[in-house]
Amino acid sequence: MLRAIRHKSIHPAFCAFRAFSSAAKEMTVRDALNSALDEEMSADPKVFLMGEEVGEYQGAYKITKGLLDKYGPERVLDTPITEAGFAGIGVGAAYYGLRPVVEFMTFNFSMQAIDHIINSAAKSYYMSAGQISVPIVFRGPNGAAAGVGAQHSQCYAAWFAACPGLKVLTPYSSEDARGLLKAAIRDPDPVVFLENELLYGELFPVSAEVLDSSFCLPIGKAKIEREGKDVTITAYSKMVGYALKAADILAKEGISAEVINLRSIRPLDRSTINASVRKTNRLVTVEESFPQHGVGAEICTSVVEESFGYLDAPVERIAGADVPMPYAANLERMAVPQVEDIVRAAKRTCHRSVPLAATA
Amino acid sequence: MSFSATNFAQPRPVPVGVRSNEKPLSSDASRFRFRGPPSFLGSPHSLRFKPIPPFKLAIPHSQRSAASSVTHIANGKMVKSSANLLITKEEGLELYEDMILGRFFEDMCAQMYYRGKMFGFVHLYNGQEAVSTGFFKLLKKEDTVVSTYRDHVHALSKGVPARAVMSELFGKATGCCRGQGGSMHMFSKEHNVIGGFAFIGEGIPVATGAAFSSKYRREVLKEAGADQVTLAFFGDGTCNNGQFYECLNMAALWKLPIIFVVENNLWAIGMSHLRATSDPEIWKKGPAFGMPGVHVDGMDVLKVREVAKEAIERARRGDGPTLVECETYRFRGHSLADPDELRDPAEKARYAARDPISALKKYLFENKLASEQELKSIEKKIDEVLDDAVEYSDESPLPPRSQLLENVFADPKGFGIGPDGKYRCEDPKFTQGTAHV
Repeated sequence: MLRAIRHKSIHPAFCAFRAFSSAAKEMTVRDALNSALDEEMSADPKVFLMGEEVGEYQGAYKITKGLLDKYGPERVLDTPITEAGFAGIGVGAAYYGLRPVVEFMTFNFSMQAIDHIINSAAKSYYMSAGQISVPIVFRGPNGAAAGVGAQHSQCYAAWFAACPGLKVLTPYSSEDARGLLKAAIRDPDPVVFLENELLYGELFPVSAEVLDSSFCLPIGKAKIEREGKDVTITAYSKMVGYALKAADILAKEGISAEVINLRSIRPLDRSTINASVRKTNRLVTVEESFPQHGVGAEICTSVVEESFGYLDAPVERIAGADVPMPYAANLERMAVPQVEDIVRAAKRTCHRSVPLAATA
Repeated sequence: MSFSATNFAQPRPVPVGVRSNEKPLSSDASRFRFRGPPSFLGSPHSLRFKPIPPFKLAIPHSQRSAASSVTHIANGKMVKSSANLLITKEEGLELYEDMILGRFFEDMCAQMYYRGKMFGFVHLYNGQEAVSTGFFKLLKKEDTVVSTYRDHVHALSKGVPARAVMSELFGKATGCCRGQGGSMHMFSKEHNVIGGFAFIGEGIPVATGAAFSSKYRREVLKEAGADQVTLAFFGDGTCNNGQFYECLNMAALWKLPIIFVVENNLWAIGMSHLRATSDPEIWKKGPAFGMPGVHVDGMDVLKVREVAKEAIERARRGDGPTLVECETYRFRGHSLADPDELRDPAEKARYAARDPISALKKYLFENKLASEQELKSIEKKIDEVLDDAVEYSDESPLPPRSQLLENVFADPKGFGIGPDGKYRCEDPKFTQGTAHV
């Protein structure tokens, strides 16, 4: 799990020079988030952090490590355990032009504050007819961790993405984490930034451009992690890693999969997804959350609405099991999509039945 | 019924906002009690070290004179000033006009609703005008107000023009929120009215955040003159809600310049406050969190004004929040859809006799501050303002179809804003959406 993930095969000539060129640095997602917060806080004094254990504890997952010492307790606020209260306080502060970054220890706890995320953050710009914008970021780990049980494992991407007025981002790699968090903090609208606890410790290569302090990624644009021509696999957050592994396996069997890292669930990059499906004619959507009314359902509808004639096979939807997350390790493994599930689904869309050998 | 205290049937003990054993609520107490509050609590500004006497509204009835003078509160000591009235003539007329505007506006709303020009949920403020007028006329334009769904009069008292509020209620494009908010969501950035929230308790954290932003701008961004005060208005039902307590805690913890104003009208739709609350005395909840809790007669605009003056000055000085419970009453039902069958007619009659507008009128006459003529001319003026507002709203256009999809995002293309302040999607370099590794 901790091995670095190569996005594209590196040109052989480049390999030869690797020892001498400024090789791609590696960075964990945790460090990427920390550096993004650090840089944004130093660039704009209106940015401040708020959340449980973000200060003296250095962050429940150490994302905000060192920031209290650097910026002081006025800008890195340890809050009492009052999600509804401090989410609302963040919104009120954002009404007046400050730029709070509110951390939820996990997004499961955001349910206690969801009234403020939806009703006072997302809808205010509309209700006030453009008078009051809310430049707030709600961030924290989302989705399943390992063995934490039903109340700590839900993925909230679909819930938040259903609400107009919110932007919902789901970074995967360190580059995503840095670029999207910076874009989120600079954005004048409320952003829900869904990280993943299991990705925090993963190393990803980052280029010098990514390390630059003005690096930002556009919100609303997906990234094609791996080009392919037979089947499109869309995924977000941790599932991108699984999809890439599945793509490797599929490649050995002669199926060239195109992996799209959604990056932004709202606004959803429908044009990239549809362009890819028009190229490959097959689609597998992968997500970790509950299947009903999920992100995959939305992507499927979007493709059916816009590219129906191009589909050669029904859209396959891989999602978590339709049960609250069980605790036992083997049940948990069954409740979350695994690489084999993605491979099987891709093969189904290519009319390769399992376990027969692949035909040309 | 004159304005002197002895005539008000107030059996309640008068509250004093100290924690226990008469120890003053020193600002330092909170600093040493909790390890590591934000350091702007302990900043070297002179705001902190001013010794603060406990905020008292301790006026036992026996000590009041039956004459028209009212004891004046200053620094915890009571100073009897029989010659001083609480208000000047101009202030009196201003208060009267504001209350009349609120009352007539709400009556007009009811009329318009029954004529079908207004729709949805409409919650009227009749009877509670003393609370809003008592507080608002002491505020500056930069001060913030957060309210609930019963917010028409709050918006009007803060300065939002009657025309804008009426058109908003009619759902026209000339409303203060272009018809997108409605009765329950009055926003005006210019007048610092930031809601208008339908969920009870929802506005309280937002108000606390606005107070936080004022403190942040003063302490961290070092903006001179950032001493804006925030007022959060809410009802008795809200005082059982979790968010209320969360915010009392954080406001007191971080000493935010906020005043929590409870408009206790004893009824939450059909649920009596006494049936819903284990300890109905809401002002007591303030000291439990380390802030003064004050109870005041919300049908008496001058009393509310005195309490408001102290609370606002306290917040502006940087001494922290105050909880003010105003005992008031709504003459109409919860909303225009409420048949209002559960309230005892005798109770309604009792409070109708304490109508704040009649009370102020009487005070003004008794103290020769205004004549019948002047008050009548004010009423006439307000009638004209409202007729104009209705006519304006009638003639205003409905929002155009194109407005439906506007104002969802401040950044419409969803691409974020670059360091140069321009929309990133306009920067050719970043529209590719990929950064090569």
